[in-house]
Amino acid sequence: MESRFRSLFLKTMTSFRCNLKMLCRIYSAAMLVTGLMLKQLPVFAADELLIDPVSDQEQIIKPEIERREIKVPEIDTEDFEIGVYAGLMSVEDFGTNAVIGFRLAYHVTEGAFFEAAYGSMDTEETSYEQLSGAAQLLTDDERKLSYYNVSIGYNLLPGESFIGSNHAFNSSLYVIAGVGSTDFAGDNRFTMNYGAGYRLLATDWLALHADMRDHIFKNDVLGTDKTTHNIELHAGLTFFF
Amino acid sequence: MRTYAPLLLLLQLLLMNAATGEQLYQEVKIDDPYIEMRTGAGESYPVFYVVERGQTVLILKRKTVWFKVRTETGKEGWIDRSQMEQTLTSLGEKIQFVDATRDDFSRRRWEMGALAGDFNGANSMGIYGGYAFNNNLSMELSLSQILDDFSDSLLINVNVLSQPYPAWRVSPFFTLGTGIIDTNTRQTLVQSEDNTDQINHVGLGFRMHLTRRFVLRGEYRNYVAFSSRDDNKEFEEWKAGFAAFF
Repeated sequence: MESRFRSLFLKTMTSFRCNLKMLCRIYSAAMLVTGLMLKQLPVFAADELLIDPVSDQEQIIKPEIERREIKVPEIDTEDFEIGVYAGLMSVEDFGTNAVIGFRLAYHVTEGAFFEAAYGSMDTEETSYEQLSGAAQLLTDDERKLSYYNVSIGYNLLPGESFIGSNHAFNSSLYVIAGVGSTDFAGDNRFTMNYGAGYRLLATDWLALHADMRDHIFKNDVLGTDKTTHNIELHAGLTFFF
Repeated sequence: MRTYAPLLLLLQLLLMNAATGEQLYQEVKIDDPYIEMRTGAGESYPVFYVVERGQTVLILKRKTVWFKVRTETGKEGWIDRSQMEQTLTSLGEKIQFVDATRDDFSRRRWEMGALAGDFNGANSMGIYGGYAFNNNLSMELSLSQILDDFSDSLLINVNVLSQPYPAWRVSPFFTLGTGIIDTNTRQTLVQSEDNTDQINHVGLGFRMHLTRRFVLRGEYRNYVAFSSRDDNKEFEEWKAGFAAFF
């Protein structure tokens, strides 16, 4: 009797176990399907619920951006000097004549500068022409003398000049030398020049000059080829820019 | 970094302006313990005032490497570049002054200069201008006046110039060109003869970077003039001078 019960119980338990296994399988399968569906679900939902948040409402604060007008304060560089001068130039055999000219200088350092100058004048008659009366060595056009030169200068003695007890001006004594050409008596003549000058800075941009130059060139107008020294004295006004 | 340096500076200047507003002069703050103000734009001028760290000055103008400044109290004087570089912009950055460097020398585009020397025993003086297509090759136009006891000539040349080593401080070059020589013999000579001939040349020389934008140049040229009298003439020219590049 006891063994029949026992066998029945065991059979029931075995079948229950089998059913439990089945249940487990069904449950896990169901979970898998649900999981897959849930995974799909929010995507559909998001597609349906998508609303543009910007276009739907007014922007509350509009940024006011204005471009500034930009003007760079450049540092004004004043290395160039331009000016005019007038004075006297003694041309050997052809008298002392009024000369006018202009010059352009570039200051490389506080000491050194380059200068280009051009000057012109009408020369006088030679003593021979005056004494002989009619004899003319040169035509009016040939009698005009003009020169140009390119020189290197150096501010040898920079300093201050005092005028009275209240005024001090910056000044410098410079030496200068260079080469150029002199157009006189129908020909161009190679010319060397050297000299010295005094520059007084009335303001930062305005300067007064006094200059002495010797122009050396060969002159063959009176027959023989001779080297002539032609001294020029001039005063001028220059502007720095 | 170097290629961006000008851009950075520009940006700095723009920003600086934005900070200081519409101002006529640039304002900088002294960052050295003190800087010395001189009465003139030169080392020999006396120091008359000292500006301390933390004070600001306005940069009024520049002459060579000297800067004229105005202090807060209205004093005006000259400060040299090395001291000026110890100041801060309104952004708190060190001020920079961009000058041409060796690098710009080898990469220059425009060049202008004046040369003088000897042309077959005569004196030669001239000016020239050049444009560089790249670091190695440039084209030049020159105008020279050649003067001696018997004649004066005007020489106009166009030439190409090749620099095999543009990065060197002393950079050698070769040149090849053609031009026209217009010769006028002296009026005092009995047999006065004027003529215009074509003239070709080959040459070699060097360009040397001195400082900032300045170049020392020296060259030798061998010319052949094709004269109308059936015989070609050869000339030798030696020249040296200074140039500036841009």
